[in-house]
Amino acid sequence: MLWVDKYRPKTLDKVLVHQDIAENLKKLVTEQDCPHLLFYGPSGSGKKTLIMAVLRQMFGASADKVKVENKNWKIDAGTRTIDVELTTLSSTHHVELNPSNAGFQDRYVVQEIIKEMAKNRPIDTKGKKGFKVLVLNEVDKLSREAQHSLRRTMEKYSASCRLILCCNSSSKVTEAVRSRCLNMRINAPTEEEIVKVLEFIGKKEGLQLPPEFASRIAQQSNRSLRRAILSFETCRVQQYPFTNNQAIPPMDWEEYVSEIASSILKEQSPKRLFEVRGKLYELLVNCIPPDIILKRLLYELLKKLDSELKHEISHWAAYYEHRLRLGQKAIFHLEAFVAKFMSIYKGFLIETFG
Amino acid sequence: MAPVLQSSQPWVEKYRPKQVKDVAHQDEVVRVLTNTLETTNCPHMLFYGPPGTGKTTTALAITHQLFGPELYKSRVLELNASDDRGINVVRTKIKNFAAVAVGSGRQGGYPCPPYKIIILDEADSMTEDAQNALRRTMETYSKVTRFFFICNYISRIIEPLASRCAKFRFKPLTEEIMSSRILYICKEEGLHLDSEALSTLSSISQGDLRRAITYLQSAARLFGSAISSKDLISVSGVIPAEVVQALFSACKSGNFDLADKKVSNLIAEGYPVSQMLSQLYDVVVEADDMSDEQKARICKKFAEADKCLIDGADEYLQLLDVASNTMRALCNTSQEFSLGV
Repeated sequence: MLWVDKYRPKTLDKVLVHQDIAENLKKLVTEQDCPHLLFYGPSGSGKKTLIMAVLRQMFGASADKVKVENKNWKIDAGTRTIDVELTTLSSTHHVELNPSNAGFQDRYVVQEIIKEMAKNRPIDTKGKKGFKVLVLNEVDKLSREAQHSLRRTMEKYSASCRLILCCNSSSKVTEAVRSRCLNMRINAPTEEEIVKVLEFIGKKEGLQLPPEFASRIAQQSNRSLRRAILSFETCRVQQYPFTNNQAIPPMDWEEYVSEIASSILKEQSPKRLFEVRGKLYELLVNCIPPDIILKRLLYELLKKLDSELKHEISHWAAYYEHRLRLGQKAIFHLEAFVAKFMSIYKGFLIETFG
Repeated sequence: MAPVLQSSQPWVEKYRPKQVKDVAHQDEVVRVLTNTLETTNCPHMLFYGPPGTGKTTTALAITHQLFGPELYKSRVLELNASDDRGINVVRTKIKNFAAVAVGSGRQGGYPCPPYKIIILDEADSMTEDAQNALRRTMETYSKVTRFFFICNYISRIIEPLASRCAKFRFKPLTEEIMSSRILYICKEEGLHLDSEALSTLSSISQGDLRRAITYLQSAARLFGSAISSKDLISVSGVIPAEVVQALFSACKSGNFDLADKKVSNLIAEGYPVSQMLSQLYDVVVEADDMSDEQKARICKKFAEADKCLIDGADEYLQLLDVASNTMRALCNTSQEFSLGV
């Protein structure tokens, strides 16, 4: 088992990082007056962990027994029927699903499937009416229509069902949905907190962890706890006992991007652009999301530029990322950014050095 | 074992005024409607104004006072945006409901005038076709049916419909009225709210009473009966003023790397960027030490970035672009880049 999963806190008491939020959540659950919840924050900050812990606090150990189901739904939409395939993760008390996976048909998922699930009210062993929880991931990727349909569902079935929504950025969730939930901002853990967690794991595993090394892992992790733990485990496999100046292997795609960055800084020509295209294709083929490539590329370039150029390059990065979002083919926009950079940089070099 | 859910009502519903005269701050409407209650004569109505000012409340209150609980179901049809309101619904459901004639006569102390009322909530989200289909229906059945339209933007209601109605604008609530209402709720619920928290609540809810009450309830659930202004800010998702100021002063410093660090920090803290933009906008507009041209340059960029964010662009890159633009405007460097557009 990976350490990330092994040391994921199972209950709200054991949470190491967001203790104040966990405390609040516990209060909510014990008062049995739990509103709809919306968790938002950057990836690797612990949203999922908190949600699982809340479920466990609500329903006890039975919330851990989950099964994966792959269901086909036939939806009657007036003149035609639509087939939607959806993977759900469910226990007896909760269902977790990812409605944005249905793409442009997400409206039907919300209107029909989620409504269907919300309607059915569970009855516990004593015959009392209980409620169930629906966990919806990536609500920020839902279309506008789907979000509008969601708000009616949230009100109508609030007696039998609680929704827990989870997303990266709350600005993409409509105001109407946000105002019906209790919003929980989950911030990324600070470097000190990451170090604390790493030390905790080190102690449990019986490892000697030099403090300097731990803080270096934390620095490289970009404030993502998941990544810090993963790279900690990688280092453990590579070399143990740890030394203070041990190299922390960077992600291979990051290395690849920094190679691209230095190659376009070295030479600006159509030939080099053609070479870079091949490299970008390779990254895309390996399923690295294009916006992450662009962001990383900007990060690498900014390190080596004069401050007046930085403004310009960051502007164009934002410009092409927006284009990328509107367009279909990622490679065009990535390449356009590289070409733009080359032209600006070359012009700058000619101006300064003649 | 699944826990039992206590029936809990949102405070927004619990403290919704039940009578027209209780509606705060909208004197004009209240005067007209109290008149209606006496004469039982009522035109078609169009209520418009920002959210949380009492439009739906007023409409519901007047219908309840006219018909009483018994006749309410048969005399009032309520449709809002989550119901399907395409042209088909207008042609069948609304028309059928409007066509049925009803008798008059007082029942159980309620005036019960001889007409029915159709409330179309959030009417600005109806399609133009559906609105057009309503025109003739309104006139044909005006003897037995009155329409209440409720919307935020009157410009989205087509002119022929608007001209058939008596229009009422609902004003945003002033701070005093909001405070008195909030204090009343606090007293009922046994909450303690100091004056600082009260003014914070009024400022973050921007004249929207519903939002203020929702924030109050969430804060009460999380933090118990003593609520400070910090608790309210954390519940509402508003970014603390220090954080906004820190970014702004980083832009002022003219150091790109400092601004970059601040921006990535903000993203890691999980603050929503659209919220950041609107708060930064407030800071820029209110700043005294900037020329009008600088402000204009900065605000233009805000508008562009906001559009990009709605299109789904990356938050970090957009905020960085905004920060860099603000920095250039503040340090009076040229707006246009020297090379290539």
